[in-house]
Formats: sequence, structure tokens, C-alpha cells
Amino acid sequence: MATSGAPPSAPSDLPSDSQRWRRAGSSMMRRFGPLLGLLVTSAILSFLSPYFLTFDNLINVFRQSSINALLALGQLLVIITAGIDLSVGSILGLSCVLVAMMLKAGVPWPLCILAGACVGTVLGMMNGLLLTKLRLPHPFIPTLGMMNVARGLAFVISGGFPISELPQGFRFWGAGTIAYIPVPVILVVAIYALFHVFLTRTTFGRDVYAIGGNKQAAMFSGIPVDRRLTMVYAMSGGLAALGAIVLAGRLNSGFPLAGDGAELDAIAAVIIGGASFFGGVGTVWGTLIGALIMGVLRNGLTLLNVSPNWQKVVIGVVIVAAVWIDVLRQRTSTKRKLARK
Amino acid sequence: MSTSSREPLLRMENITKRFSGVTVLGDVCFDVRPGEVHALIGENGAGKSTLMKIVTGLYEADSGKVFWKGSPVEIKTPHQAHVLGINIVHQELILVPQLSIGENIFLGRHPVGGGLSRWVRWGDINNQAKSLLEGLGHPLDPTRTVAELSIAEQQLVEIARALAFSAELIIMDEPTSPLSEHETTRLFRTISQLKARGVSIVYISHRLKEIHQVADRVTVLRDGRHIATKPIAETTTDNLVRYMVGREISEQFSDKSPHVNGEEALRVEGLTARGKFSDISFSVRRGEIVGLAGLVGAGRTELVETLFGAGEVESGKVYLDGQPVAIKTPIDAVRHRLALVADDRKAKGLVLGGSIRFNVALAAPKKFARYGVFLNSAREREVANRLARELHLKTPSVEQQVMYLSGGGQQKVVLAKWLSADSKVFILDEPTRGIDVGSKAEIYDLIRRLAERGVAVLVVSSELEEILNLADRILVMHRGRIAGELAREDATDESIMQLATGGDVH
Repeated sequence: MATSGAPPSAPSDLPSDSQRWRRAGSSMMRRFGPLLGLLVTSAILSFLSPYFLTFDNLINVFRQSSINALLALGQLLVIITAGIDLSVGSILGLSCVLVAMMLKAGVPWPLCILAGACVGTVLGMMNGLLLTKLRLPHPFIPTLGMMNVARGLAFVISGGFPISELPQGFRFWGAGTIAYIPVPVILVVAIYALFHVFLTRTTFGRDVYAIGGNKQAAMFSGIPVDRRLTMVYAMSGGLAALGAIVLAGRLNSGFPLAGDGAELDAIAAVIIGGASFFGGVGTVWGTLIGALIMGVLRNGLTLLNVSPNWQKVVIGVVIVAAVWIDVLRQRTSTKRKLARK
Repeated sequence: MSTSSREPLLRMENITKRFSGVTVLGDVCFDVRPGEVHALIGENGAGKSTLMKIVTGLYEADSGKVFWKGSPVEIKTPHQAHVLGINIVHQELILVPQLSIGENIFLGRHPVGGGLSRWVRWGDINNQAKSLLEGLGHPLDPTRTVAELSIAEQQLVEIARALAFSAELIIMDEPTSPLSEHETTRLFRTISQLKARGVSIVYISHRLKEIHQVADRVTVLRDGRHIATKPIAETTTDNLVRYMVGREISEQFSDKSPHVNGEEALRVEGLTARGKFSDISFSVRRGEIVGLAGLVGAGRTELVETLFGAGEVESGKVYLDGQPVAIKTPIDAVRHRLALVADDRKAKGLVLGGSIRFNVALAAPKKFARYGVFLNSAREREVANRLARELHLKTPSVEQQVMYLSGGGQQKVVLAKWLSADSKVFILDEPTRGIDVGSKAEIYDLIRRLAERGVAVLVVSSELEEILNLADRILVMHRGRIAGELAREDATDESIMQLATGGDVH
């Protein structure tokens, strides 16, 4: 079979220059939108309050966002696969109580931290196994169940009481500093850097994006979807446990109600950071920026003496706005798809 | 062919449409007479779908006029189009999977009781749905859920939906691509019935042979421009192709050169999956192209997907290179160097939001990864570029997102994915469905080159011409069983069809 002459010009197969710019613009929005949002918010707040733009305050913001950042990282992985993890707040609570009790019982703190991390990871893995082995229709279901189970267990094993006065060595992880920088902040940056490499430079990371982009196609390409999903939920649980350790260290106590509602803040951070509920889209650094935007908002509003209740209203509006922008972005890309034909 | 030349039912004059500065339709004129079947053809990207979207109210033209029964109209919404009597059966089906066939057909237009009663008349719905489907030659139970149906059956429901109402103009976008020849003939019969009733049809298709069978006139678009409109009798397939493509495509199907038939690569014995297929036994050798023919519902897609590990097996054995293997999931299949180019590339073959490079590397992680873990973008890019060149994939870069490619381009990416995985057994399910003439020829060429390289190829196809020209041997399935096997020399349209419909070949 021979086709004589040059291939026919079918310019509508390829984007024109202006279409390419538009598309670059849209993906730029996705990548730098959150950063822009953070800078704009910070700028506005620094105008409104003289205390905002001080080193102490900014470090404070980062430190206060660190627990959410840890949970949000796990949530990002899950959301990229078009899933959701409602149990991270409860896993945090259970790990918190467990670690505190072990510390009080005299177990050396490195072991406690390890145990806590393991518990979180195992619970997360159970979420994944329930989802994949039982063929549940949506991760909402096992994680909703786990949310209740873990929280209940936290109260059961702690009797409902907080456990205070934890050993100094352990507290370092939540309350200590290295060269004026709080340990949690360093932890967050290190873990985020690790996961950035993990998501963007390994086959596992690519598989995660593929599963979120089109689960069936991923399966038909030979990707071990169930295994990857289980691992992703395990990571989410493990990161929640890390958050528990930081929290216990900071507050010098473990209490069963720790992390109540934290899953929603984590989801908010991920979404504000540019990930899509539809899956297949989202970046590690975007999530960090999402967590920081929430931290900045809370901090700034507090500096302006806005009550915590009104702060919640503001955060709620920001969440909806972020998702709306995601929807607009999706709609313009679909319109362009229609134009292809 | 006689349609009285009255005032055209639909007339579109000087239609122009631009998207972000790209002219997708330039000064296009198009008209449809009452009771005529007017074929609309052109390569992917020629503007056919855009033109139809203007008629059905999805887009508004930037300039030009539309006339319906002689009066100027502005069709701004699909509802307005429906009210005028314009209906469309889409290429990408828009049914509600959770609802039943009857409910989908009457979606939004449920017949209700008379007088004060607003109760929906389910009996009427199901009866009417049933007779519509019977009229199309495929008596499906109207209470079945659409999600259970195959793509081909779903499309039949869509056609029934458009037919369910007194449409005066029905636009059919690639209606026969999931149908086999048998069903297609029945569809044509239905189309003639509609013609006799005075209904007009705009028939968009890549299948030029069909157009000669069913159409009265044909219009060719290319690159958004109107190239020609002629009575069908004045055209031949060759000159239509030339109009569409702007150049000669000589001989889509060259004579097959003899090639090495090596050892047996794949052997299947007594494979059975309840309700889908039973007692399937066959083998494919290295360098051989085996075709799998049959009607819709014969079980071919189920068979190949089960072979690939995406279905449950009740009994039977599979051997690769003479060794028994257990393929329970696609993970096993890929590990054993099987490849499946599935029938629905958008749902099963590609991550549309990903780049070409991303999709090409999907099935072969270890090949591109350092220590099997860390991605090697340079190597991926190199391989993707090489394959893109080899497959004549038109793209400025392999970072281009796959969703923006044409159907032919997307299919090439799927093929590239499996090529980069060095697969030894290639299973292709309807590899050229919904693909333009130019890309089709390129894909046939690729399949032949694969066989020459020693790959064992199994091709499922509903296009008899395709199978007859590609395959060394043809297996025909009928109702889940292999009805017969034909060597290349003995295979004809009739012999395949006889086996496919359950008859015998003498």
C-alpha cells in the first residue's frame, strides 16, 4: 500500500498557534493559579494587618498548617485516583491516643513513633483492601466506615480521657525547632520533596495518575490497579499518623478527639491546590500551597480579630470558589474537544 | 433514487464557523431534499460533525443562513431542532446507562394517560420500544438496562430513539460502525422504509461501499470546505476518496505477500465462559494473521477480553509458545507479552488527559525505568518519537495531550503503546472503527508489518472486506461458538456470512 505524495494537510488534526496558547494558558492556570492565590491573599492581608508580614508570624502560619499539610498530602494521592479518604481525621485521633498511651507506659519514643506510623498505615491499607477486595462502588464507603470505627476505638482505648505530660524527646517532633525553624515545617518540606519525586519520577506515580485518568484503560494496560490503590490508601493513613505525632508533640497530650474534622480541611487544601475530583490531576506542591492558603487565611483573619466562626464562612467560600474554577477549566477544555471534530 | 426536486427540506447557505481563529467551516452549502438519503463524507476534521451540530442547535454559525422548508430559521438549542423535526443519532452514544431501553427511548417524552391522569403508560412505552427494535432487526427486551448492552446494541437503541418520533430529518453519525453486515442490511431496509414515509436522512459514514448502497446523493467536505455534491450514481469509491483526501490512495489492500508462518504462539483449547462463549479452540502462529468474524453478539469481544484476562473463565486451557499459562488479569497478560487493542479506545485504551508520551509508556514501565522504578523521560520521549514517525502520527510533539488527536491518531497511540511493550501476540478488536480512510490504510499496513516481524495477530472485525484482505485464516463465531474456519482462498462474503448466521458452508 502506497500513498503517493505528501500527507494531506489536515490542519484541524493539530492545534493552531492560538489554540496552543490557550491551552498553555489553561494549564498555566492550573499550575500557577494556586500560587497566585497565595500571593494575592498574603498581599491583601499584609495591607490589612501590620503583624502579618513578620518572620515570626509567617513561620507560625507554616507551623500551624503543617498537620493539615501532612494529611492533605495523603489526600492528594487518593484524590488523584479519583477517590476520597474520609477517615484520616479519625486515624489521626486513634494514632494520637495510641502513641500517647505507649509513651506514658514507658516505651521509648522512637518505638512509639514507629508503632503509631504503622497503625496508621495498616488502617489505611485496610481502607484500600476493603475497597478493592470487596469491590465496593466508591471509596467514600470504606473510609466513611473507618472514620467511625477509628474514632470509636480512640475513645474506647483511651476511656475518653486525654493523656498528658509526654516525654521531652518525643515532644521535639511537634514543638521543637532547628535553627529557628520549627521541626514540623522541616518535616513537611522533606516529606513533600520525597513525595514529589515519588509522584512525578517513579512508575508508581505514573500508575497513580493513569488510574485516576482512566481506571479501565489503566487496567487494560496491565497496571496492577488494586495493588496501587491499596498502597495509596495505606500512605494516606500513614501520613495521618505522622500528623498525629506532630499534634501530640505540639500539644503535649494525646486525646481521642484529635483530628476531628481534619479530613475536610485536608480535602479543601488539595482542591484549592488545583487537584480535580475527577482524578488524574494534581501536584504535590500545589497541595502545599493549598494548605498554606488555608493557614494564611486563618492566621490573617485571626490577626484581624475575625471570630473563628466567620473564619469558617470564609474558608467555605474559598473552597467553593476553588472548585468552581476547576469546573470552568474543565468546561473550556471540553469545548475545545468538541471543536476538534 | 427518485426524489422529486421540490424545495429542499433543509438548506444551509454559506455557513462559516470559527473556533479560536481556526476556520472549521468555510462558506459551506448543504441541502437535503424530502425523502432523500444524503451522505456526508470527509476525513476526520473535515467539518461534518460541526456542520451537523449547527443544524441540531449545539453550535451557532458565525455567518450563513439556514432554511427549513423554505423559511429561514435560527436553531439555537437542540430543543428547537427537535421541535422542527430534526433528530440525530450520535456517534458517541448519549443514553442513560442506569435506565431501561424503553425509558431511554422515551426519555423526556413519556406518553402519559389521557385527561387528568399524568401517570406514565409503561405498557405503551415497552410495546412501542419493542416494535421499534424489531423493526431494526434486533428484538431486545425493552425492560433491560442499557448498561448491560454492548456498544452495538446501545447504538440500536439510539437509532430507535430517533425513530420513535415524527422526525422529518434524521442525522445518522457513523451508524453502522458497531454493526455487522447483517445488521447493516437491516438498517438499510429501515432507512428505505423511512424514505418511503418521506423522512430524510443525512448519513455520515466512512464506509464508502455502504454509501453506494443506501444514499441518493453524496456531499464531500474537506478541511472545512465544500468540495462536491453529486448524485451517487455519478460517483465511484475511488473518486470519492480522491475528493476526500485530495490525493490518490492507490490500492488500500495490496496483494498479501507470503510470509513466514512460524511456530504456534497462541493455542486455546475448550475455552468456556458461561453465557458468553463455549468450547473455543483455535491457534495462532507467529507471523500469522487470524481474523475473527461474526455478528454483533457472537461473543468475539468477550472472548478476546477474557483471553486478555479481563473476564472469568469457567474451563479450558490457554498455551503460549506451547506452555500452559493462567491469565487471570491483564497484569498476567501483559507479563506474557500479550497486547489488546480494545474495541473502545477512549474507554479502554487511553488516558485522554495524558500526553502521547505518557500513554505510550503505560504498558511497559520496566522498559523505560531505571532500576525498574525511576522514570526515564528522555528514553520515553525517544521511543515515543520513533513510534510516532513509524506510524505517521501527525503531531507537533509527543507531549501533546491525546484527547486532542483524531480517532486515527488516538488509535495509533494505542498501537504505539503495545509496540513499545514488545508484545508477541497482538489482539485487535475493531481496529479501524471510526477512523478515516487515510489512517485506516496506515493501520492495515502496520498490522501486516507486525506479522512480517513474527508477531501472532488476531483481528476481530465486523467489516468483511477488512477481514478478507488482512487475514490468512478466518474463524467465524456464531452465538458463542466457533462456527467454522475458512482459509484465505476459500473465504468470501457469503461463506463468512453463512457461518456467522448459523448456516453451513458447502
